Amino acid sequence: MLRIDGLSAWYGEAQVLRDVSLEVAKGEIVTLVGRNGAGKTTLLRNVMGLHEGRSSGVVEFLGDDVSGHAAHRRAKRGLGYVPDDRGIYATLSVEENLTLPPAVGPDPWSLDKVYETFPRLRERRRSPGTKLSGGEQQMLALARVLRMGARLLLCDEPTEGLSPLIVQQIGSILRDVKSQGVTVLLIEQNVHFAQTVADRHYLLAEGRIVETLENSEVRARENELLEYLGI
Amino acid sequence: MLQQAFNGLVGGAFYALLALGLSVIFGMLGVVNFAHGAFYMLGAFTSYVLLDSYGVNFWAALVVVPVALGVVGIVLERLFIRRLTPLDPLYNFLFTFGLTLILQDLVKREYGVQSQPYPRPSALSGTLDLGLFTYPAYQVFVLGVSVLVCLLVWFVLVRTRVGMVVRAATERPELTRALGIDVGRWVTPVFGFGIALAGLAGVLAAPMRAVNPLMGADLIIVVFAVVVIGGLGSLFGSVAAGFTIGLVSALGNYYVPALSQTLVFILMAAVLLWRPAGLFGREEAL
Repeated sequence: MLRIDGLSAWYGEAQVLRDVSLEVAKGEIVTLVGRNGAGKTTLLRNVMGLHEGRSSGVVEFLGDDVSGHAAHRRAKRGLGYVPDDRGIYATLSVEENLTLPPAVGPDPWSLDKVYETFPRLRERRRSPGTKLSGGEQQMLALARVLRMGARLLLCDEPTEGLSPLIVQQIGSILRDVKSQGVTVLLIEQNVHFAQTVADRHYLLAEGRIVETLENSEVRARENELLEYLGI
Repeated sequence: MLQQAFNGLVGGAFYALLALGLSVIFGMLGVVNFAHGAFYMLGAFTSYVLLDSYGVNFWAALVVVPVALGVVGIVLERLFIRRLTPLDPLYNFLFTFGLTLILQDLVKREYGVQSQPYPRPSALSGTLDLGLFTYPAYQVFVLGVSVLVCLLVWFVLVRTRVGMVVRAATERPELTRALGIDVGRWVTPVFGFGIALAGLAGVLAAPMRAVNPLMGADLIIVVFAVVVIGGLGSLFGSVAAGFTIGLVSALGNYYVPALSQTLVFILMAAVLLWRPAGLFGREEAL
């Protein structure tokens, strides 16, 4: 589904990613863990085609090299971006937030399916997007890329700052879309949550992938990892 | 007093049209278009030349001139502005400012600095009885056109898919690209549209204001204040502020003539102290 090979990226003179290579197979949920500043968000933005500095290496999506493609072309190919601030438009209603992106991919969700899955969004569909609570906005950001029919979701810390109940809900939604064949690359600081949803984990440090962890390893080393991440 | 207020609304009609164009362009391109006043001037001058040399009347100019200037805007965006946008904002600042000077001087060279006469269209040369006072029909027409155009733009923005894309791209251009929308494709027509609005304001101004090369430069300073008061990038804010500033300066002119020129800027300073993002602006838009 996604293959990154030898990706390096810079902000001005500062190198933030160093020769990162990773793969995500269809239907997998894979997380990126690492301290703040390790390069997780830069990596996700690179995959989406939003990195503004210099970068080198290959990003391959669905078998095509998309490295040189603009962000909107990558989105049309089936990449669904959920940014760390959720990216809800204040000047668009909830329903407009949902219908803004064009439907792409073989299996875009209908609005009805979105509203069945997220009944709260139906109730609030005429409200401005940013009038929703933080949890509802996160649901809206996820629902938006699902309605689009994205095949690989790029989620930048969807659980950050949300109550445990909402975090649980997000977990069950992610597992649910995974069962429907959607792939997810997830930035996650909450190691405990990560191992309840993900199949594998990449540990990033100073712009490098230092370890690939299976769920069982994360469980066994949870305390060590928490300490390492400084949480 | 009522008549003064009406004068203010008519003045505000021009502010609103210009501020709306400026705001659309700033929101979508992130470019502060210093040449906006020059296009307003070109709108008035083109109408004058069309009538004087080619006998094209006001009603035809009202359609032809905005369309032609819109096309000029599209060409400018494609040739220059697009290339300068990725660089420091200073480049487009200098480009549009330089363009203003060039356009003004070209017109000055041909026609000098004195004002050119432009007759009112005969159908609107009389006065209208508005009940409480009579008022020149042409001024009523200007106000009507401006309100109509603003409502039309509002309708397109709020009710159509094009409007939704423009709102989204104005608020978060990068995110909008990441959601599969080719924002770059929309930038050119939006710039052309903003310039066309300035041209329309120019045509409307020709029969009631002095048509001279500096007419835009005098007006645009106030329009910048209007846009800042309304909130940079807020389209609703710029229209609302346009009419408000028109009212305030007309009434100010009447009651405190000594302050007539400065009142707008005092108001701007007060608004900025109270709400740094402007009346309808959002903090993050800065």
